[in-house]
Amino acid sequence: MDPASILLGGFASGMVLFIVSVGLSVTMGLMGFVNLAHGGFAMLGGYVIVLAMKHWGLSFVPALALAFFAIAAFSVVLERLLYSRLYRAQELDQVLFTIGLVFVMTAAVTLGVGPETQVIRLPDWLRGQTDLGFMTYRTYSLALIVAGTLLVIALWLGFERTRYGARIRAAVDNRRMAQSLGIDVGRLFTVAFALGSGLAAVGGGLGAEILGLDPNYPLRYLVYFLIVVAVGGLGKVTGVFFAAILIGVLDFVLKIYFPKGGTIFIYALTLILLLARPHGLFGKRGT
Amino acid sequence: MSSARLETKGLSKKFGALEVAREVNFRLEAGARHALIGPNGAGKTTFINLLTGALPPSRGSVLLEGEDVTTLAQAKRVKRGIARTFQINQLFRGLTVLENVCIPVSERMGVGGGMFRAAGRRAEVLDEAMRLIGILRLEDDAGRRIVELPYGRQRLVEIAIALGLAPRVLLLDEPAAGIPSAETHILLDAIASLPRDIAVLIIEHDMDLVFRFAERITVLVSGAIYAEGTPQEIAANRDVRAVYLGGALDA
Amino acid sequence: MDAPHTAAGQLARRHRFQWWELLPWIAAIAAFFAFPTYLAFGTQLLIVILFALSLDLVLGYAGIVTLGHAAFFGAGAYTVGMLASQLGWNEPLSGLLAAAAVAGLIGFVSGLVLLRTHGLTLLMLTLCTMALLEQAANMGAHWTGGFDGIPGLSFDKILGLFSFDVLYFRSQYLYVLAVLLLCFVAVRMLVYSSFGQSLTGVRENLLRMHAVGAPVRARLVAVYTISAALAGVAGGLFTQATGYVNLSVLGLERAAGVMIILILGGYGRLYGAFVGAVAYMVLEHMLAKAYPTAWQLGIGVTLILVALYARNGIIGIGEALLRRLRGGGQA
Repeated sequence: MDPASILLGGFASGMVLFIVSVGLSVTMGLMGFVNLAHGGFAMLGGYVIVLAMKHWGLSFVPALALAFFAIAAFSVVLERLLYSRLYRAQELDQVLFTIGLVFVMTAAVTLGVGPETQVIRLPDWLRGQTDLGFMTYRTYSLALIVAGTLLVIALWLGFERTRYGARIRAAVDNRRMAQSLGIDVGRLFTVAFALGSGLAAVGGGLGAEILGLDPNYPLRYLVYFLIVVAVGGLGKVTGVFFAAILIGVLDFVLKIYFPKGGTIFIYALTLILLLARPHGLFGKRGT
Repeated sequence: MSSARLETKGLSKKFGALEVAREVNFRLEAGARHALIGPNGAGKTTFINLLTGALPPSRGSVLLEGEDVTTLAQAKRVKRGIARTFQINQLFRGLTVLENVCIPVSERMGVGGGMFRAAGRRAEVLDEAMRLIGILRLEDDAGRRIVELPYGRQRLVEIAIALGLAPRVLLLDEPAAGIPSAETHILLDAIASLPRDIAVLIIEHDMDLVFRFAERITVLVSGAIYAEGTPQEIAANRDVRAVYLGGALDA
Repeated sequence: MDAPHTAAGQLARRHRFQWWELLPWIAAIAAFFAFPTYLAFGTQLLIVILFALSLDLVLGYAGIVTLGHAAFFGAGAYTVGMLASQLGWNEPLSGLLAAAAVAGLIGFVSGLVLLRTHGLTLLMLTLCTMALLEQAANMGAHWTGGFDGIPGLSFDKILGLFSFDVLYFRSQYLYVLAVLLLCFVAVRMLVYSSFGQSLTGVRENLLRMHAVGAPVRARLVAVYTISAALAGVAGGLFTQATGYVNLSVLGLERAAGVMIILILGGYGRLYGAFVGAVAYMVLEHMLAKAYPTAWQLGIGVTLILVALYARNGIIGIGEALLRRLRGGGQA
């Protein structure tokens, strides 16, 4: 494979990682909540899309939108009812709770839909190859790159240029200080949580081509999502973006050249990075 | 001049542009009963953090009995006899009062890492811990967990832990805050029961307590020493009254 | 009514053996005679108890939140497996010692670098260490058998007397029970020692532990190493008892599983490992085959309920009931 194709393929999977993980980064940064169930929202989003397309005849893009709103709403219910009880709890209880949630999600999907891998049928305009002038490449991967780029720009603008974004940044930086300035961190968190879960749902649908979609999705990719968040730095949109691209490209390259166990390099790299920079590549300095 | 028990020379600390300690030259003599007062945000707690090594200074030095300990880690300074209490309780909340006091006593006696002997079989640790618990009148609560205690009693445990280190320098950060006024005498009695040679520095807002306790007072304002002297001198100092004491002394 | 030194007396007596502490061991012996056809399962159960016990030292007592403890279980399991397959080192007891040494060494080295961090970073680092070992085992197929693992291992007689019982697991059961007893006595001693007390101090208030001059990191590395060695023994027992080793000993599933078992039983409580392992594995054994999905659903709901309402696990519920009974008696 030529370098440009590898790079594009890596970018495409990096975009998926970014879309799924960015919400996790913001919510963990805001509340310090260890949410191991985040991948579950991505999976549920994927299933909403599959079911909506199969049973209601929705086409791909409206199904994506539906998944976003459905999962965002669902996550708010969970957040208000359950997550909010554990904000002050120990990390361990949060880990336990969210692992339990993953089990419930996995079992619910297996019971309701079945254990088999689901296929999302892409619309015609996203299939096939596109001629870029200097090369042709899979249309869908290119579309992913475009969509991911637009999203990161939108999120960056939202973070850096709106009052809401400024509040989130302030709260990530120092929650107590933000609270004493009259920022309602709880409300902020609910909104960020909904947005992040909705994005994960979209990522689950968009990424089904690359990551697949089955009931074991949340646990299988948990480590990847966490690596992206930890390397990118908590609550850092651009950090998560670069980390996702880095891991996406690396994973793509390794799968081609070291199909057996090549991911060992990703773990090793993460280990070294986190030891050198405990708060991630783009997080706060020092310990 | 003989060296003080604890001394700072030109001690300064900056957080960005904010200077929380400015050229502080401070002497705490052996056997001192010294109070550090000043308005909120004067940098009193920061000063203690600099003395214990919890914070590194930007400039200046800390001397313990004439020896420079500025670069010494917190744990090493504790071994040399600097102990502190915290303004906000820092207790082992899930453990009993007795265990809370046993932990520092074990560390001081150098048995905190002992793996083979049960903690309950170290009579020397238990006896010492119970003695300290007695000094703070906590005998009846010794077997209760911290979370089950009222806040005022928790404050006393805070002091018992520091005493468990058998300090040569004792730094008390607002020890009376949260103790019902009827029980502050327990605190004063506890300090009175210490060997006279120990140097005690107290940060306190309760002026009544300060003037009952202190033989020397330092006033800190905006990170710098504003005035220092005997309680009589400080009470008579018009500027201090204006800046800080306000009506407190007239009351 | 409290005499002044009641608390000191309590602390001075706490480490002494109570009569009821014999019950688990009596039950284990009784099970040997009562369920002769379930000893393969019983052996697995005892191994899981030992593994959970090792995790309790770091997670329950020292408060180190790790998601990668299977790294040490796997290290022990592969050590025993590779020694047997590559070098013909089939003597079981020395194999266990080797497993403990290798796992302990990995624990010491990784603890030395990882235990400077906290929270999510520490969680990720433990997870990555385990994933690293898993991938290494996957890649080093020449020694580890790769994805398929090392099947068909056989071991010498235990102490030269008792041969491994491939069919009914009788000797394995007793062998594992004996090793578990030894390890438990050691863990129990540690937990009640001054060292154990200082670990609970680190768990309860790190800031204060520094302020009383305790060498916090050295203590954490020490307990991490000991715990890793014990997990290694559990892994070694797994390979010896079953006669095979594969990648399942190193995965996230095993690491999360043992954590769930410990928390379900009650962490930081010495017997939580026993109660949790029995409750989880017996239920799983009875329900998982018949209703695999419903089982997962049930476990998920249980975990959520435990996290929300019963943070001290099954033992914690028992303690609360006992307190209420006693409190009611006094009032």
